[in-house]
Amino acid sequence: MRLRILNSGHTFGTKLLFAVIRTVSRQPVLDVIKLVKYRADFYGAPMSRVTQEAMRGPSTWSVADRELMAAFVAKTNQCEFCIKAHSAVAQRAYGSGKNVSALLSDLETGAVVEPLRATLLMLGKLTREHTVDAEDIQPVLAAGASPQQVQDALAVCFSFNVVGRLADAFGFFVPGPEAFDAGAKYLLARGYR
Amino acid sequence: MSDIRQGQTMLVRRILEGDGKASSSERRAAFNNSGLAEPVGTLVDKVAKHAYRVTDEDIAAARESGLSEDQLFEIVVCAAIGQAAREYDTAFAALEAATRKG
Repeated sequence: MRLRILNSGHTFGTKLLFAVIRTVSRQPVLDVIKLVKYRADFYGAPMSRVTQEAMRGPSTWSVADRELMAAFVAKTNQCEFCIKAHSAVAQRAYGSGKNVSALLSDLETGAVVEPLRATLLMLGKLTREHTVDAEDIQPVLAAGASPQQVQDALAVCFSFNVVGRLADAFGFFVPGPEAFDAGAKYLLARGYR
Repeated sequence: MSDIRQGQTMLVRRILEGDGKASSSERRAAFNNSGLAEPVGTLVDKVAKHAYRVTDEDIAAARESGLSEDQLFEIVVCAAIGQAAREYDTAFAALEAATRKG
């Protein structure tokens, strides 16, 4: 982590919480947790409300689909931490019937069904080119997504376009798969609060 | 149906108008990716457009320009949220236009 305050500038109570997390999970505290717990009133608390709504709020997209969108946005942003983190959550949410890594590497195999496929392509363009227009949205609607589903997907995209940028700018440490799997279990059980 | 717009408005208001270690004008400039002196301008532009290219040297240069770590924390957060919010707003407007046409 490039800023020392994000590693060790937390309050005494937060450091105690980190000790509990390390003991219970038997894994290091992920840098994303250190970020949201640092001066949480500035960023962590208001951002977590947005992310919780986007990822766990009412939507006709499943939790697994939304986590796949998060991983796809991360892949487009080339954010290694977020790709691994949200691939782990999506894989756990989908179960063994789908291979998230394969889905992310090729949307054209038919394994990603519509309207999710068209939605991911649109989110990819938005993330890569920083803009889309009505002509980019129309194929998503034509593929069967409702306007509300597009709006819900844009909410996921917003959250992970924030988090991915911060992960890369602050230089999040990328731990091994066990730490991400522990994080995935937590995020499926408790969400982003 | 999920709607993040209220939460997003509160988030943006907090980072731009609430208390901070960086000035409100610096935070707003980072959010808008506009009007920041070097080397902070380069750092903010990288965060907005291709954050994976941010280096230790970018952060070190911004620190050496006189910013504290808390100020850097706030400025980078504002840069990331500003860019993501512009992208969201653009896409939301495109959705409204596409729905009208449809």
